[in-house]
Amino acid sequence: MALNPKDLEEILGQYPAKVKRNRKKHILIRDSARGRQEIEANTRTIPGIITNRGCAFAGCKGVVLGPLKDVVHIVHGPIGCAYYSWLTRRNKAKAADPKKNFLAYCVSTDLQESDIVFGGEKKLARLIDEVVEIFQPNAITISATCPVGLIGDDIQMVAKKAQEKHGISIIAFSCEGYRGVSQSAGHHIANNGLMEHVIGLGDREEPPHEYTVNILGEYNIGGDSWEVHRILHEIGYHVQAVMTGDGSFVDLKDAHVARLNLVQCHRSINYIADMLEKKYGTPWLKVNFIGIRATCESLRHMALYFGDEKLMRRTEQVIARELARIEPLLEPYRKICQGKTAFCFVGGSRGHHYQGLYEELGIKTVLAGYEFAHRDDYEGRDVLPEIKPDADSKNIPDLHVLPDERRYRLKIPRERMEELKGKIPLSYYKGMNADMADGSIIVDDLNHYETEEFIRLLRPDIFSSGIKDKYIPHKMGIPSKQLHNYDYSGPYAGFNGAVNFARDVAMSFVIPAWNYVVPPWRQGPLLEGVVEEAK
Amino acid sequence: MLDCTPANIVQRSGGAINPAKTCQPIGAMYAALGIHRCLPHSHGSQGCCAYHRSHLTRHFREPVLAASSSFTEGASIFGGAANLKTAIKNVFTIYNPDIIAIHTTCLSETIGDDLPTIIKGAEIPPGKLVIHANTPSYQGSHITGFSNMTRAMVSYLAEATAAQKKEQVNIIPGFVNPADMREIKRLTGLMGIRSIMFPDTAGVLDAPMTGKFEMYPAGGAKVADIRDAGNSRLTIALGSYAASDPAHHLERKCRVRALTLKTPIGIKATDDFLLALRGHFACAVPAELEEERGQLVDIMIDTHHHFFGKKVAIFGDPDIVLATTEFLLDLGMRPVHVLTGTPGGDFESAIAALLREAGVEANVRAGGDLFLLHQWIKNQPVDLLIGNTYGKYIARAEDIPFVRLGFPILDRGLHSYLPVVGYRGAMRLLEMMGNALLDRADRDAADEDLELVM
Repeated sequence: MALNPKDLEEILGQYPAKVKRNRKKHILIRDSARGRQEIEANTRTIPGIITNRGCAFAGCKGVVLGPLKDVVHIVHGPIGCAYYSWLTRRNKAKAADPKKNFLAYCVSTDLQESDIVFGGEKKLARLIDEVVEIFQPNAITISATCPVGLIGDDIQMVAKKAQEKHGISIIAFSCEGYRGVSQSAGHHIANNGLMEHVIGLGDREEPPHEYTVNILGEYNIGGDSWEVHRILHEIGYHVQAVMTGDGSFVDLKDAHVARLNLVQCHRSINYIADMLEKKYGTPWLKVNFIGIRATCESLRHMALYFGDEKLMRRTEQVIARELARIEPLLEPYRKICQGKTAFCFVGGSRGHHYQGLYEELGIKTVLAGYEFAHRDDYEGRDVLPEIKPDADSKNIPDLHVLPDERRYRLKIPRERMEELKGKIPLSYYKGMNADMADGSIIVDDLNHYETEEFIRLLRPDIFSSGIKDKYIPHKMGIPSKQLHNYDYSGPYAGFNGAVNFARDVAMSFVIPAWNYVVPPWRQGPLLEGVVEEAK
Repeated sequence: MLDCTPANIVQRSGGAINPAKTCQPIGAMYAALGIHRCLPHSHGSQGCCAYHRSHLTRHFREPVLAASSSFTEGASIFGGAANLKTAIKNVFTIYNPDIIAIHTTCLSETIGDDLPTIIKGAEIPPGKLVIHANTPSYQGSHITGFSNMTRAMVSYLAEATAAQKKEQVNIIPGFVNPADMREIKRLTGLMGIRSIMFPDTAGVLDAPMTGKFEMYPAGGAKVADIRDAGNSRLTIALGSYAASDPAHHLERKCRVRALTLKTPIGIKATDDFLLALRGHFACAVPAELEEERGQLVDIMIDTHHHFFGKKVAIFGDPDIVLATTEFLLDLGMRPVHVLTGTPGGDFESAIAALLREAGVEANVRAGGDLFLLHQWIKNQPVDLLIGNTYGKYIARAEDIPFVRLGFPILDRGLHSYLPVVGYRGAMRLLEMMGNALLDRADRDAADEDLELVM
C-alpha cells in the first residue's frame, strides 16, 4: 500500500511549525519519474522528538573499534558508556589463542567526581599500566566520552606517553558523545584513527595470495562475516582483514596489501575505503552479501574485477551448488511470507541491504530509512560534491592521505579500471533510493511519533528496526524483526543467512500466540443462545 | 571464557574491569517510568538516552519511551538551555504527557546547566508538570539515580495539606521489578492498609498485550497520590541505598515519619516489613499471610539438605544483595564472596554484621567489579553464583550453577513478572536455587549414583 501526499501532510500537520518544516525535508515519497530525489540527512536531531539515534562514542567504540578482538578497548569516562557497549552488539569473534580475545571484557576508567574536578589523565595512565600488566594485549584503544572533552583531558598525549612506555600501539579516539549529530561522527573518527595508526603498520609488502581481499564495514553480527568467509574461501579468495568483525590488530596492520577492498557497510567505512585507494591504490567494490541475488551479484562482480577465467568458473560452480542446496529449504518459508509488506528502518546500511532479501521471500518494503546515513547513502555517491558540511559536522576532522611513496601501486591497469567502472560498482555506491519502488516512503531519522503514524497508515506485516522500537508494533499485534542484532539469531548474510532469515521471519508470522491477542469474550456477543418459539 | 582473568590479584586503582554497576540516569529513567503518564527526559547528548532505553527494554522486553535534549557540540560548550526548552515544547505538543521528569547526564552536569532556571523559563502548558533530578553519572551508580529521581518526586510533588496525617503508608519500593512492586502492594493490601507506592512501574513495564500500543500504560503512581504522600502517617523505605534518602526528604518536608527497612527478600526481611506495618497501624497479620509464611518455613525445613553448607558468591545492587545474603544465611548457606558495584554507604559493615552473627568468613566489597569477584572465585571456589546476566560468563568459565537475580537480566524472559520479595518471592528464590544446584548434581552424578528422589 502506498502513501499519498495528503496523508503525509496530515502526519506532519501535528507538529509545531518549526518541527514540521524540518521533518518535511527528511521524508520522501519515492517517485522515479522525478529522478534523483533530494533528501535531508545527517543534520542535528530535534530535541524531544524521541529519536532512535545514538552518539559518536557508540559509532566509534561500539561499532568500529569494539569488534577488534586482540585489542583492549578502554573507555575513558563514567561507567555507563563502557557498560552499555559491553557485549550488546553481537560482533562475534574467536581467536586461536583465547588469551588474545578480550571481547568479553569491559574496561573503564570509571570516572568519579574528583576526576571531573581534577582531571582524569593520571587515572587513565594508571589503567593503561594495569591493562598492560594483566592482559598484555596487542594494542589498546582509548575512547573518550562526553565529559572528557569538557574537562580538557589530553588523551592523545596520555596515549603517546603510554605507547612509549609500553612499546605497544596505544591509540586515542576523541569520540565524545556530543560530536557530530549521531553515531556517524564516531565512524569517521574511528576510521581516521585506524588509517593513521594501524593500517600499514605491518611489514608485508606483497599480498600472501593472488586473490587477496579485505572485507570492509562488516562486523560479524551473529556470524555474518564467517558465512561470507566460507563462501569466498570456497571460491578461492584469501581474506587479509575484516574491518572489523572478528578482526584483529595483527591482520589490520597488513590491510594495505589486499588487491581489492569489499565494502559492505558504506556509511561506516567508506572513509577508509577511499583513503586506501588514495594511499595504496587499492580500489573498492560495493558489495552486498545480504540476500541471495545480491550475494551472487557481488561474487560475480568480484570475479569480473580479477578477470580470471578459473575464478569466474569457480564462482559459478559455487553459486550453482549453493542455490541448489538452499532453494528447497527456502520454499516452505516463501509460502508463508508471500505477499506481505515490511518496514525496514535500520542504522546506516541495512535499511537498503535487507530489502532485496525481503523481496526474495515475497515481502515488499513499503517504508525504509536510516538513523544516521548521509545523503550519499540515500541518493548515491554522485551527490557528494553537493554536500556542504554544516556547523555540527565541520569539527569532525577529515584525514587527508597522499599516495604512499613505497607501497602505492595500481592493482589493475587504469584503462581496465575505467572499463570495469561501467559494469560494476567500483569505488561507487548508488544509494538506497534507486532501489525503492514508486510510492514507498523514505524516512531519515524516524522518530517515535512517525513510527506510530506510519504503522497506523501502512499496516505493515512486519516491522524491522531495533530493540528500542521492537515491542511497540508487538503491542499492536504486528511481528517485528530486529535488524541490528537479528533477535539473537544469525548469520543472516550469504546463502545460509538467507535461510536463517527466512526461517526467523516466517516463524514470527505463524506463532499461534497472535491468535490470542484479543480475548474470546471480546470477540463474540455477551450472551449466546437461540430464541425458542413460544408454544 | 574469560581466559585472560588471572587468579593472582593485583591492587588496581585505574578504574573498573567488568563493572557491577552502571550509571545514574538509567535508574532515574526507571523511576520516572513509575509515574503515571510521565515521559522521562534525558538532558544530555542522545547516546545516553538511547543506551538507557535499550538496556531497560532488554531487561523488561517492553517499550521504554524517553526523550533527549540531543546536545550537539555547540550546546556542550555554551549550555543546553535552548535544547531543553525546545525539547519541553516539542514533547508536550507531540507526545502530550501529564508530566516530564528530567534527569541529567555527565555532560550537562559537567557543564553545570542550571535546570531549575531553565525549567522556569520553559513553555509548560497549563495543568502540565515538569520535574527534575540531578543525576551525574560520575557519582554513585544507577541506584543513586533511582534514589535521586524519587527524591525529586518528593521535592516537586509531595505536599502536607491535611490537618491530620491520614491512615495510609507510603512505600518507596527501591530499584526492584514491577512484579516485586505488585507483591509488596498485595502484602500491604492484605494487611488492610491503604498505601501509596512511588515510583510504581507495575502496569507500565509489565503491561499486557492488547493489540493496541499505549504510550502511557495504565500503571504508574498517579501524581495526585504522590502529592498526597505528604499527608501519610508513615513512609517505609525499602532499601537504604535506593529508597532511604527520598523517605527522609519527605520526613523533613512534610513531617511524614520515615522508616528504612531491608528490601523484603527472604523470611526475616518480610517478617520485618509486616511487623512494621502491624506495629504502626495496629492491624493483625491475616491468616492468608501466616499460611504463606508457614508454607515457606515448611519448604525451608523439608529441603534444607539441598542448601545447607553450600558456598555462594553473590553480586548486584546493594539493597538486593544485603537482603538476599540474610536469606542465604537463614538457609544455612555460606555466602563467601559478596560484592556490589555501587560505592559507599553501609554495605560492607551491614554485610559484615550479618556474617559475623552467622560465623561465616567472607570477601565483602562495595564499589567492586566482576573482574575482582571472578578472581576471588578462582582462589576460593563456590557451589553457586547469584547475580545479574553478566555473571553468566563467570559461571561458564568456572562451571558454577548460576541463579539470575537483580538488574539487568537480559538473557531470559519472564523474570520481571514474578516476584522475589515476600514469602512467595522467597519460595521462588528457593526453587531457582534448588533447581540450579540439583540440576548440577544430576548432571555430575555417575550413572549408579543418579537419584530418583532427592
